[in-house]
Amino acid sequence: MSSDEMGSSAGVEVDRMAGAVPEPGSVKSDPILVADRVRRSFGGLTAVDVRRLEVQRGTITALIGPNGAGKSTLFNLLTGFDRVDQGDWTFQGSKINGKPGHKVARAGMVRTFQLTKALTRMSVLDNMLLGAQDQFGERMAGAFLRSVWGRQERANTVRALELLERFKLIDKREDMAGSLSGGQRKLLEMARALMTDPAMIMLDEPMAGVNPALVQSLLGHITSLRDEGKTVLFVEHDMDVIMGISDWIVVLAQGQVIAEGTPSDIRSNKQVIDAYLGAQDVDEAGSADE
Amino acid sequence: MDLVSILAESTRSAFGPIAAIYALAAIGLNLHFGYTGLLNFGQVGFMLVGAYGVGISVELFGLPLLVGFGVGLACAFLLALLLGIPTLRLRADYLAITTIAAAEVLRLVYRAGFAEPLTGGVYGLQNLSDGFRSINPFDPGERYGWGALAYNGNHMWVLVVTWGLVAVMCGLVWMLMHSPWGRVIKGIREDEEAVRSLGKNVFAYKMQILVLGGLVGALAGCMLAVYQASIQPDQFKPQVTFFLWVILLLGGAGRVFGPVLGAMAFWFLMNFTDGVLRGLGSMGLLPFLDGPDYGAIQLAFVGLLLVLLIVFRPQGLIGDRKEMLINVK
Amino acid sequence: MRTRLATVLLALITAILVIPGPAATADEQGGESLYGQILDPQDRDQGVEGIMITIHSGEDEIAAVETGPDGNWEAELPGPGTYRVVVDQESIPSEFALRESSIVVDGESEVEVAAGDERPLILALEEAGASEDADSTETPSDGADAQDGGADAPADDESIAAPTTSGSFGDRFAQLTASGLLYGLVIAISAIGLSLIFGTTKMINFAHGDMVTFGAMIALLFSTGSAGLGNSLLAIFLGLAGAVLLGAFFDGRIARMPLLIAQWAAIMLGIALATVLGLMGDSVGWQVPLWAAAVIAVAMGAVLGAGMEQYVWRPLRHRNVALIQMFIVSIGVALVLRHVILVLFGAGRSRYAGYQIQDTVSLGPISMPPRDLVVMGVAIVVLVAVACLLQFTRIGKAMRAVSDNRDLAESSGINVDRVTLYVWGLGGGLASLGGVLYGLNQIVEYEMGFRLLLLMFAAVILGGLGTAYGAMVGGLAVGLVAMLSTLWFPTQMMQAWALALMILMLLVRPQGLLGRRERVG
Repeated sequence: MSSDEMGSSAGVEVDRMAGAVPEPGSVKSDPILVADRVRRSFGGLTAVDVRRLEVQRGTITALIGPNGAGKSTLFNLLTGFDRVDQGDWTFQGSKINGKPGHKVARAGMVRTFQLTKALTRMSVLDNMLLGAQDQFGERMAGAFLRSVWGRQERANTVRALELLERFKLIDKREDMAGSLSGGQRKLLEMARALMTDPAMIMLDEPMAGVNPALVQSLLGHITSLRDEGKTVLFVEHDMDVIMGISDWIVVLAQGQVIAEGTPSDIRSNKQVIDAYLGAQDVDEAGSADE
Repeated sequence: MDLVSILAESTRSAFGPIAAIYALAAIGLNLHFGYTGLLNFGQVGFMLVGAYGVGISVELFGLPLLVGFGVGLACAFLLALLLGIPTLRLRADYLAITTIAAAEVLRLVYRAGFAEPLTGGVYGLQNLSDGFRSINPFDPGERYGWGALAYNGNHMWVLVVTWGLVAVMCGLVWMLMHSPWGRVIKGIREDEEAVRSLGKNVFAYKMQILVLGGLVGALAGCMLAVYQASIQPDQFKPQVTFFLWVILLLGGAGRVFGPVLGAMAFWFLMNFTDGVLRGLGSMGLLPFLDGPDYGAIQLAFVGLLLVLLIVFRPQGLIGDRKEMLINVK
Repeated sequence: MRTRLATVLLALITAILVIPGPAATADEQGGESLYGQILDPQDRDQGVEGIMITIHSGEDEIAAVETGPDGNWEAELPGPGTYRVVVDQESIPSEFALRESSIVVDGESEVEVAAGDERPLILALEEAGASEDADSTETPSDGADAQDGGADAPADDESIAAPTTSGSFGDRFAQLTASGLLYGLVIAISAIGLSLIFGTTKMINFAHGDMVTFGAMIALLFSTGSAGLGNSLLAIFLGLAGAVLLGAFFDGRIARMPLLIAQWAAIMLGIALATVLGLMGDSVGWQVPLWAAAVIAVAMGAVLGAGMEQYVWRPLRHRNVALIQMFIVSIGVALVLRHVILVLFGAGRSRYAGYQIQDTVSLGPISMPPRDLVVMGVAIVVLVAVACLLQFTRIGKAMRAVSDNRDLAESSGINVDRVTLYVWGLGGGLASLGGVLYGLNQIVEYEMGFRLLLLMFAAVILGGLGTAYGAMVGGLAVGLVAMLSTLWFPTQMMQAWALALMILMLLVRPQGLLGRRERVG
C-alpha cells in the first residue's frame, strides 16, 4: 500500500512516512528494518541501548546525534560488523541479528564506511565488479571455467560502467582506486555498494571530508537512490544537509533514541535542541568548513 | 679465488632442483602473502608434513609414491584448517604467531624420541626415491644440458618434474588471479572489511587460500623428499621459511613469476656469497672466521637482505613501484 | 630499473652458459658417494668419533672410513652400483650398540647408489642392551626408545630439561609444579617486554627471543672471563648507550643538529674505543662473578632494545612503513641478531660455571638446587618491581597509557616516542635478565631464545596481547602447563602443549585473559 504512495508524489514528505508519529520508537506503516532492544556496551560503558527503531521503506532516514552518541556503533551492529550484547532486528521481515556482515549484505542491506575503504591497489572497475553478487567465477572451482563466468562478467561490466557513468567516474575506470581524491572515493564506494543491488543502503557519514563542490552532487545521488525505490539510512553531522534531504530523522544521544520525526518536527523539538543542537552549533560551524 | 667457477656454480644452483623446490614453496607463500596479505611465518611446516607424508608412507609402509604425495597433501590440508580456524577471524598478527610456533613445534615433535618409530626421530627417513627413479625416462648414466648446466639423468628427471610443477602452479596462479575469485582475494588484501560489506564471506576465502598455499608448500616438501631420497627434521628449521620470504620479496610479492625469479636470484646469491667467503677464507683474508662461521654470516646476510628489501625495494625485482607507493595503510 | 636488472641478469646467465665451467662439473665426475653422521644417543648434538666403516663391492673392499669428531663420515665410490656397508662393531664404544633397522642388519647394510648420487646412510647408535630391555617395558613397540624411560632420559638438546624425579605421583606433581613455577617466572620476565612493545607500537617483535639469547651470552662472556671480544662489545654498547641516553633526555629540548652530532660522536667514540681494546686483545682480561655479569647483561640488553628502537623502529615508523612490513623487518632483525651471536660466541652449549653441580635443598616433597631458588627469588622481586613501576611511577603510567591508546596518549601530551624508547629499554633489559635466569636453569646456546620465544608467544596471547600483567599471568600458566604435561606426556611435547593452549585460547577468548574484546577485531 505504501509503495503506491511512494511512486505517486516524490518530494511530499508526509506521504512517504504515512503519518508516522514523531516520537522515539514510533511505529511505521511499512518498515523495512525493525530493531528491538539493541544493546552494546564496552567495558562498563553502554554505547548503544536502542529500545525500538523502525525504518520506513523507500525513505531517506538520517541518524544524528552528538559525538559519541553511538551512531557508528549502532551502524556496525545493524550491519553485522560488531557483535551485539543483546537485541533482535529484522530486515524485510526476516531476522538478521547475529548474522555476520557478509550475510547482512547479501540480504540486501549494504553499508559504506566513515573512513572510505577504497581498495587502493585495484582498478576502479575491479572495485565495482567486486560488488556484483552471485558470481559463479567467485567460487574457487568456478574460477577455472572462464567460459562460464565470462558472460556474467561482461554483463556485470556493462552495469558497472553504467554506474560509473552516473557517478562521473567513467574516465577513471582503469586508474588505481588509490589515486582518486577523497570525494571521488566516496562516490566510488557508493557506486560499489549499488553494484550489490541492495534494497537498503547505509551510508556512514557520506559527506565527511568531501570538498563542498562535491556535496551537492552527492546529495543529488542520495535523493535519486530514494526515487528509484531504495531505502537510505545515513549518519551525518552537517545539519543543513540533513534537514534538506531527509524524510525522517532519528536523534541518538548517549546510545538512546531521544527523538524521531520529520525535519520540521526535529527543528522544533526542545529536547533535541538541548541535547544536541545547542551544544553542537558552535562545533558545526567549524567542521562544515573542512 | 676462481671467480668464473664460482659464478658458474652459482648459476648452476639457480637452475638446480633446490631452487625449483624453493620456488614451488614460495609460490604457496605468494598466494598467502602476495595476493591475500596473510602473514604465514610457518610455510616450512607445510613442507615438513608434505615431506614426511611421502617419507612415512614410502619407507615405513612401502606404499607407492603417489599415495605418499596424497598423504602429504592431506596432512597439509589438515594443518591449514588447524591453523586457520582459530586465527583467520582475528588480526593478521595472530596468524603470524600461530604459524611460526606451529611449524617449529611440528619439527620438535617429529624429531622427538617418542615419534622415532614413525618419523625416524633425529635421523629421519631414507630410501624415498626408488619409486620416482623407476619411472625416470632419462638415462641415469647420461649427462644432459650444456656447460655449467649439465645434470645427470636422475637430477634431470627431478629438475624436469619440479620445474614442470612450478610452471603448472604458475599457470594455476595466473588463472586464479585473473578470475573473479582472484579479485575477491586481492580485495581482501586491500581491505577485508570493505569486501565483507559487499557480501563476500571473507573467512571462507582466507581459508581457501591458506589451504591452497599450504598444499603447494607441501608439494614442495614432497619433491624435497624425492630429490634427496632422505629427510631429516632439522632440514625444516624456521630459517627455511625466512628464505622463502626473502625469495618472495626479492622476486616481487603478488606477481606470478615473482617467486620463480626470486628463488633463482636467491640461490644464485647464496652460492655466490658462499663461494666468495670461502675463497677469501682460503686466501687467508678472513682471519677471525673459520668454516662454520661462513654459514652463520650468510644467514645474517639473509636477514639483512630481508630488512633492506622490505624498506627500500618492497616491490622486489619485478614488482610495480607505483603500485607499492599507493599502498597507504 | 626493472629492465636494467633484467638485462644484467640475462647477460650474466648467457655468459655462464657459454663458459664451460671447469670446476662446475666436479660433482658430476666422481660424483657417487655415501655419507652420514653417527650421533651419541644420549646427547644428539654430539657425534661419536672413531667408528670404522668399510664399504665393499662384491668381495672387494673399496673404501674404509672413520667417523670424525662430529660423527661425520663420507666415502667416495668408484661408480654407481650396489654396495655393502659394514660397520666395525669393535670400534663402537662399549656402552652403545648399532641400532637395527629395515636396512641395517647385523652391522651390515646393502645400498644401491645411482649415478651421480651423494647418498646419505642412516647409521644410528642406541644404548647397549636397549633393544633387549624394550620388551620388558610397558611399550614394547617403542623398540629403540629407551630414552622415554624416566630417570635415564638423555639430554635432548632441542627440548627443555624437565626434572625427572622418581617417586609417587604426588611427589612428582609437587616437584613439577615447583619447576613449572620457576619456568613460568622466567617466561613471564622475558615476555613482559614483548607484550609492552606490542602494546605501544602494535608490533610483534620476532627478535625478542634473540634478545633473550643475547642476555644469556653476555652474562656467560663476562662471568667466564672477558678479554678482547668482551671489552670491544662493552665499548660499542657504551657508545650506543651514550647516543640513546642523549636522545632520550635532549630530544625536543635542544636543536636537532647538535644532538645528532653528539649522538654520532658517542657512537664513533664507542667504536674507536672498541677497536683499540680489540687490538690490545687479551692483555686486558678480567672476570666478574655471575651476578655482576648479569647486571652488565641487563644493562647491555636495555641498550640493545633502546638502540634498536632509536635506529631501526622509530625511523621506520616515521617513514610510515606498514605494520605487516614491520613484522617482516623484525624477522630479518632476528636472523641477523641470532647469527651474529652465533659468529661471535659459537654454536657450543655451555652452562654458567660454578652453578652446575649443587647440592639440592629439600622443602617438603620439593628438592631444588639453591640456584633455582635464587632464580625464583630474583624473578619474583623483579616482577613485583616492574608491577610497581607500571602502577605507581609517572613513566610507568605513561607506558600503560600509550599501550592502551597511542593516539589518545599523544593528544593528551605524552611524548609517545620517548615512552616507546623506555619501553624498548625496559623490554630489552628484562629479556636479557630472562636469558640469564633461563641459562642458569637450562643450557646457554644460540637458539635458546628462539625456543623460549614460542612459549612467550603462548604466554602473551594467553594473558592478552599488549597487557604487561597478562604476560605475567600467561607466563606462569604456560610454564606450569608445560612442566606438568611431562607428568603424562614426553618432555618433547612441552611446546606442543603450550601451543595447544594458545590455540584453545584463540578459539574461546582471543583477547586473552586480561585483554579487552575490542582489540582483536
